[in-house]
Amino acid sequence: MQESYYQWAVKKGITRREFLQFCTAMAAVLGLEASAVPKIVNALETKSRLPVIYLNLQECTCCSESFLRSGHPLASNLILNLISLDYMEVLQAAAGEQAEAAKQKTMKDFKNNYLLVVEGSASLGEEGVYCTVGGRTTVSILEEAAEGAIAVIAYGTCATDGCVQGANPNPTKAVPIHQVVKNKPVIKVPGCPPIAETITGTIVHYLTFGTLPELTPDGRPKAFYQHKIHENCNRRAFFDMGLFVEAFDDQGAKEGWCLFKMGCRGPMTNNACALTGWNEGTSYPIKSGHPCLGCSENKFFDKGSFYAPLSGDLPGVTKEGDNSGLTKGVIGVAAGAAVGAVGGAVASAWVLTNRKSKKQYVDEEKFYKDKGIPEEK
Amino acid sequence: MATKRIVIDPVTRIEGHLRVEAVVDGKKITDAISSGTIFRGIEIIVKNRDPRDVWAFVQRICGVCTHTHALASIRSVEDALKIKIPKNANIIRNIMSATQDVQDHAIHFYHLHGFDWIDVVSALKADPAQTSSIAQSISAWPLSSTNYFKEIQTKVKNLVESGQLGIFANAYWGHPAYRLPPEVNLLGVAHYIEALNWQKEIIKIHAVFGGKNPHPNYAVGGVPASINIQDNSVINIDRLSFVKSKIDEAKVFVDQVLIPDILAIAGFYKNDLWGGGLSNYMSYGDLPKNSINEPESFMVPRGIVLNRDLTKVYDIDLKDPKQIQEFVSHSWFRYDEPNTGLHPWDGKTEAHYDGPKPPYTNLDESKGYSWSKSPRWQGKSMEVGPLARFVVAYAKGDQEIKQLVDSSLKKLNLPLEALFSTLGRTLARALETQHRVNILVKLYDELIANIKSGDTATFNGEKWDPKTWPAEAQGVGFCEAPRGALGHWIKIKNGKVDNYQAVVPTTWNASPRDAGKQLGAYEASMIDTPLAIPDQPLEILRTIHSFDPCVACATHLLDPQGQELLTVMTKK
Repeated sequence: MQESYYQWAVKKGITRREFLQFCTAMAAVLGLEASAVPKIVNALETKSRLPVIYLNLQECTCCSESFLRSGHPLASNLILNLISLDYMEVLQAAAGEQAEAAKQKTMKDFKNNYLLVVEGSASLGEEGVYCTVGGRTTVSILEEAAEGAIAVIAYGTCATDGCVQGANPNPTKAVPIHQVVKNKPVIKVPGCPPIAETITGTIVHYLTFGTLPELTPDGRPKAFYQHKIHENCNRRAFFDMGLFVEAFDDQGAKEGWCLFKMGCRGPMTNNACALTGWNEGTSYPIKSGHPCLGCSENKFFDKGSFYAPLSGDLPGVTKEGDNSGLTKGVIGVAAGAAVGAVGGAVASAWVLTNRKSKKQYVDEEKFYKDKGIPEEK
Repeated sequence: MATKRIVIDPVTRIEGHLRVEAVVDGKKITDAISSGTIFRGIEIIVKNRDPRDVWAFVQRICGVCTHTHALASIRSVEDALKIKIPKNANIIRNIMSATQDVQDHAIHFYHLHGFDWIDVVSALKADPAQTSSIAQSISAWPLSSTNYFKEIQTKVKNLVESGQLGIFANAYWGHPAYRLPPEVNLLGVAHYIEALNWQKEIIKIHAVFGGKNPHPNYAVGGVPASINIQDNSVINIDRLSFVKSKIDEAKVFVDQVLIPDILAIAGFYKNDLWGGGLSNYMSYGDLPKNSINEPESFMVPRGIVLNRDLTKVYDIDLKDPKQIQEFVSHSWFRYDEPNTGLHPWDGKTEAHYDGPKPPYTNLDESKGYSWSKSPRWQGKSMEVGPLARFVVAYAKGDQEIKQLVDSSLKKLNLPLEALFSTLGRTLARALETQHRVNILVKLYDELIANIKSGDTATFNGEKWDPKTWPAEAQGVGFCEAPRGALGHWIKIKNGKVDNYQAVVPTTWNASPRDAGKQLGAYEASMIDTPLAIPDQPLEILRTIHSFDPCVACATHLLDPQGQELLTVMTKK
């Protein structure tokens, strides 16, 4: 018999008192009544691994693939040792009725004690015929599985926003899962796909600290999504100096300059790319020379061409010769000096003149308005 | 004996949502249907978008073969606009393609297909010492001690005894169609875990050139990454050496783990030679030495073999309106003339769901029964994928592929005809993994040699600006995806996408029957398959998985133009 959470926690030096406090805190976080606490205690004392049901709805499976790329924890360790992955179509051995039976068993035996991870959007068009599993619609599958879950992780931009199939004109009426699941906490882990460690990290955060991670106002784990990519971008110094790539593979590109003028959405994208990196830190899009697509942000496919710069939308950023920005400038790096120092050829540099509001490089409200995009609820 | 209709839905361990219904007479399948049950309508979404952006949309058709749709898309735009890409870009794209094949095939073999051959629970009965000696007799792979296999066995034992079987729950363990001895099953389980840990390594090559995987980044006109051997912020010797180290690791893993495993497993299944299905095979060809417009330079040959006749290879023209056509007679779509086929450039489709209202228990094959269309080449059903590529290459006399096939069949003491089976499909995929890893070694050397010659260009920006484009243009982009021949057809008008159609590998293989009642490849392959226990159709899973289904691919492509959508369009 494998050790239970409680046994495991004791080994890690956690006292009984702390363990009970944690169970109470968890119940509070989940919005459960006090009567639920003994159930949680019992579950964690006796059940060795957290049961997880993973649904694949209307999606492309990139999130599952990303999940498999996790380096810490290794996906194999997570699946075989840390959790009990009782239903995941991509990996499970059983098929058809037997697969469904495994899911039903977990929903029954672990009612209110399993975690639900959802990849993909639900489809409302034509009463759900655009995506069925076992002859059932995505909405009916999702509602049923969410019913007894501790919480629901909306994994990937399909689940948090509808992603590509939800892009205009959204032919199948794809909707994010929080529009279907109303009675459970929904944690949003966006990205197309999310970085592997943001999903395995969210699960392991729960297993390790015993709490759901703190969330940003829009429902994402702060631990991975509170920074904009721009804040930690490895090309950021070139942005500040006003040195920009003007075309793929130009001299600036060959020297790793800023991709802002190539359409980079790093300044408006909250994601872990520049910090955690992709594929165990191997790289991330900007580092490899392509502007950020902003794939963790809502409606990222409907914000105009990926190669159209956010020009005009960055407060304080202005073209050289336009003094309106400079006069307000807090940190005005003179373009000539910067270019001179690096010996670059891009004299038509842009200048950052206002760094007062570190978090708000983009006036998002204005951005959406300009592009005619309705604000997300 | 009475016939019985069995249903598998969901078919698990695939990409997407697939349903299979089979009619069983006694213990043999006499009829079968395959149905794609997901639809997202991506082609209509890309209409009126910037053609340079489209790769990012259509890439999301599939996150498993995450490289291939993006590649087909940028090639279609480059074909339409007559853009010639730099040599480095061609080599880097080839490296990414071969990397995708190696990683995707390995994941498929162990994680999607493995449990059709390997009985996990049987591994508990194995003697780890014997597993160790088997492992050492077939490979030099160092993870092969008795203690190592004992540890793996303990891990599985703990899992089973905990009562929480996780991904192993409810499968057909102990089924008579499993043929491996416990010791080989234990070897298979150990390599399942090792392969899971390794696949994330080889794919890091995508992250170097494309910034991430899944869904790396691309650029119409080349690749987005720059090369500068004097600068450590872009591709330099550090990044290149990293790529090289991943290629070297992959070669060792494929040569020492994957290939010995498939040969060992095939040895126990060599009498199960059912599942051949269609006898027509098609490959568009890929991995151009110079240009995608020079099929004669392809390292993966192009052609068609009909009726398993290896003496003749037919040519394909993707632009000929009479060759590749799609039919919708049994799809949930409607044409003005129901039984005609349309070339993708003229693809006109209209959603018409006439299936049962969910929740449902059975589909009706006399009506529409899938979100997949039925593509045909000159009216014929085709199988695509690794086996099709190998059959075409073999028939064309490709020496490297001939040698791989002949030597492994000789080791197994099987005739060439054995390839035309479920087992043959799986063997071909494994051998193709080895073929691609060998190519990766060569491609890397080629890239270094070209950089060394002073050429560091990765992008051709002459036609980047839409102002340089003609008012109207059309093109086709293609590649050989892990699952087979993939084509994207684009029409551009006034700088925007006017029409876009993708005909993808799983649409060929998973296609429903056509008006002439020709079955699709999955359907045909199930006919005559024996079922030891009809309620536990392990043999069906094995055959369907041998194609490596990718259903989000197969069924993304139809433009629903029902009333509701028209309303949305009018508003726009």
